[in-house]
Amino acid sequence: MANKKIEFSPEALELVHRIIKRYPEGKQKSAILPILHIAQAEFDGWLSAPVMDYVASILKILPIEVYEVATFYSMFNLKPVGKCLIEVCRTGPCWLMGAEDVVKYIEKKLNIKEGETTKDGMFTLKTVECLAACGSAPMMQVGETYHENLTLEKVDSILQDYKSKGELVTHWDKKHIATNYTNLHE
Amino acid sequence: MAKLLIDNITSSCSLSDYKSYGGYTALEKALKLKPEEIVAEVQKSGLRGRGGAGFPTGMKWSFIAKPEGVPRHLVCNADESEPGTFKDRYLMQHKPHILVEGMIISSYALGANTSYIYIRGEMMFQFHILQNAIDEAYAAGLLGKNILNSGFNLDLHVHCGGGAYICGEETALIESLEGKRGNPRIKPPFPAVKGVWDRPTVVNNVETIAAVVPIINMGGEAYAKIGVGKSTGTKLISASGHINKPGVYEIELGVPVEEFIYSENYCGGIKGGRKLKAVVAGGSSVPILPAELILKTAKGEPRLMTYESLSEGGFATGTMLGSGGFIVMDESTSIVKNLFNFSRFYHHESCGQCSPCREGTMWMEKILRKFLEGRGTSADIDLLWDVQGKIEGKTICPLGDAAAWPVASAIRHFRAEFEEYVKNPQNIKDVRHYYRLNNLQEL
Ligand SMILES: Cc1cc2nc3c(=O)[nH]c(=O)nc-3n(C[C@H](O)[C@H](O)[C@H](O)COP(=O)(O)O)c2cc1C
Ligand code: FES
Repeated sequence: MANKKIEFSPEALELVHRIIKRYPEGKQKSAILPILHIAQAEFDGWLSAPVMDYVASILKILPIEVYEVATFYSMFNLKPVGKCLIEVCRTGPCWLMGAEDVVKYIEKKLNIKEGETTKDGMFTLKTVECLAACGSAPMMQVGETYHENLTLEKVDSILQDYKSKGELVTHWDKKHIATNYTNLHE
Repeated sequence: MAKLLIDNITSSCSLSDYKSYGGYTALEKALKLKPEEIVAEVQKSGLRGRGGAGFPTGMKWSFIAKPEGVPRHLVCNADESEPGTFKDRYLMQHKPHILVEGMIISSYALGANTSYIYIRGEMMFQFHILQNAIDEAYAAGLLGKNILNSGFNLDLHVHCGGGAYICGEETALIESLEGKRGNPRIKPPFPAVKGVWDRPTVVNNVETIAAVVPIINMGGEAYAKIGVGKSTGTKLISASGHINKPGVYEIELGVPVEEFIYSENYCGGIKGGRKLKAVVAGGSSVPILPAELILKTAKGEPRLMTYESLSEGGFATGTMLGSGGFIVMDESTSIVKNLFNFSRFYHHESCGQCSPCREGTMWMEKILRKFLEGRGTSADIDLLWDVQGKIEGKTICPLGDAAAWPVASAIRHFRAEFEEYVKNPQNIKDVRHYYRLNNLQEL
C-alpha cells in the first residue's frame, strides 16, 4: 500500500460524517474512537501515521490528538498485523480454565510467539485482558466474533476457517460499513 | 422467583418480540408521570448502582444540577471490563430493548434529550445489536421527537470504546467520550455538576438502567420488597471458574452463598466434585475469601448474596458484592499464581496518571513474578504488603484500591501459601495450578 492514496471509501466516509453528527457542534473530536475503528477496517487492520493524520484532518484536530488517543487504547494496532488478529483472553477466570494452554497451542501450531505475525501475513497472535465472557472460558476474539468454550479441536477448525477465507477481519466488520445503518441517527 | 431482567430470553431480540411480552409498557406508564415522580419511584425501590460501587440510584439522580439552558446527559456505562463480570454483555446481546427502554425512561426522569451508551470497543457485536434496537425504536416512534405523543424528545446513540479497563471508571469514561485518553478526573466537581462537555451528567451501569423498567412496571415499593434489607431487588451474577454451570444468573438478593455455589439452580457445585478453595465474589477488584469465610461470616452466620452480608466483617474477614463477578476457585488453584495474573492485569490497565498506582502496580507484578520463578523471599511478602498499602487511598480514582485489595486479601488469608513458595521453590513447577485442556500434555 506504499503509495496508495489514503482516503476512506465513499461508504465509510458517509458513515463517518453521520457518526460525527451524533455529538454536539464543535465536539466532533468525540467521534475519534469509532472512526479509528473504521479506519482500521479500511486500511489493512492498522493505523499508520498517515492514516492517523488523515483522521485528524477529518475531525479538524491536530495529528497529536489522534496519536495520543491511538496509543492509549489497546485495540488500535500501530504496526502492521496479519489479516486475522487472534486475541486470546489471558485474565484470571480464563486462565483458571486453561487460557495458557490455548496460547501455547496456537503458538506451536502457527509457529509464532505471542505478538508475532505468521510469515504468510495471515495471522497475528495477541493476548488481551478479560473480554467479559468469563463464563465460557477459555475464549478468544477474532474481529467482532467471540469464540468461546475453546478446546484445542475447536481452535484447529476456527483457524482453518479463517485461513480458507483468507480475508481481512477487523473489529468493526466491513459488512457494517457497506450496508445497513439506514437509520444511524444524527 | 420471577426474573425481572433476563426473563423471556428468546433467540430473537427484535422489538416485536420484546413488545409481545410487555416491552415498552413501562415507558408508556412513565411518560404519563412527572420526571420527579419517576425519581421518587426509583428512590423508593432502593435500587443501588449495579456497576460496582452500589450507590443508591435515586439519590444519584436527585443530585443532577439543572442550570438554566444547559443540556444534561445520561451516559450508560457498558464498558464492562472488570475481570469476572459478563452480565451486561449477556443482557445487551439477548435483550437490547430493555436497555433502550430503560434509557428512555431514565433520560426523561433526568431531563436529558441526548443520551449515550458507551460500550467497550471489544463488544462490537453487541454494539451493532444495540444500534439495530435503537433503529427499530426510532422507526416505532419510541425515540426521536415527541415520543408517544408525550412532547418528550430523545436522541439515543451508542458509542464504542477502544480497549481500556480504566474507561469503566465514570470520569475516565467521560474523558473517553470526549475523544481523549481515559484519564480519570479529580472529583469534585462530580459528573452530576460537570460531566461530559462540562454539562451535568449521570453515568449508570447497564443493569442499573435496565432495572428501572421493572421498577416502573411494578412500582418502587413492590421492588423494594424483593431482597433483604438495603439490598433490594434482583442482581445479575456472573459465575465463572471451577463450577459445573458457569453463566449469568439473576438472583433475588439474599440467596445464601452456599446455595448459590452448590445448588443445581445456580453454579451446580464445584467441577469434578473437588473441594472449594476460595471465591472472589464481586469481580477481580474485591478481596478474595477462603472457603470457610465465603460460606460463613466470622461470626458463624451463613453468608448471603447481599451488599451487607458480603461485606460483614470489613476487610479483615469480609469482601464486597462489587459488580457481581463471582469467580470460584477449587483446591487445585494456586492463589499466588492467580494473584500474579490479577496484578499483571492492574499494572497493564493503570492509566499512569498517579505515581502510586503506576509504579506500585508495576512493583507488585514484579515481586509476584519472583515468587512464581522461585526467587521469592519472606521479606518480599512484607514488601508486597507494604507496597499495596502505599497505593490504597492515594490515587485519583479507585483503580489503585482495586489493585491493592486483591494483594492485601491474598496475603491476609493465604500467607502460608506465599511462604510455601519461598520454602519449597523446587515444588512450584509441579503444582497443578490450573485446568489443562485435554491432550495438551506434550506441550
Ligand atoms: C477502575 C474502575 C473500573 C470500573 N469499571 C466499570 C464498568 O466496567 N462498568 C460499570 O458499570 N462501572 C464501572 N466502574 C464504576 C463506575 O465508576 C461507576 O461507579 C458506575 O458506572 C456508576 O453506575 P452505577 O451507579 O449504576 O453502578 C468502574 C470503576 C473503576 C474505579
Ligand atoms: S477472563 Fe477471559 S473473558 Fe473474562
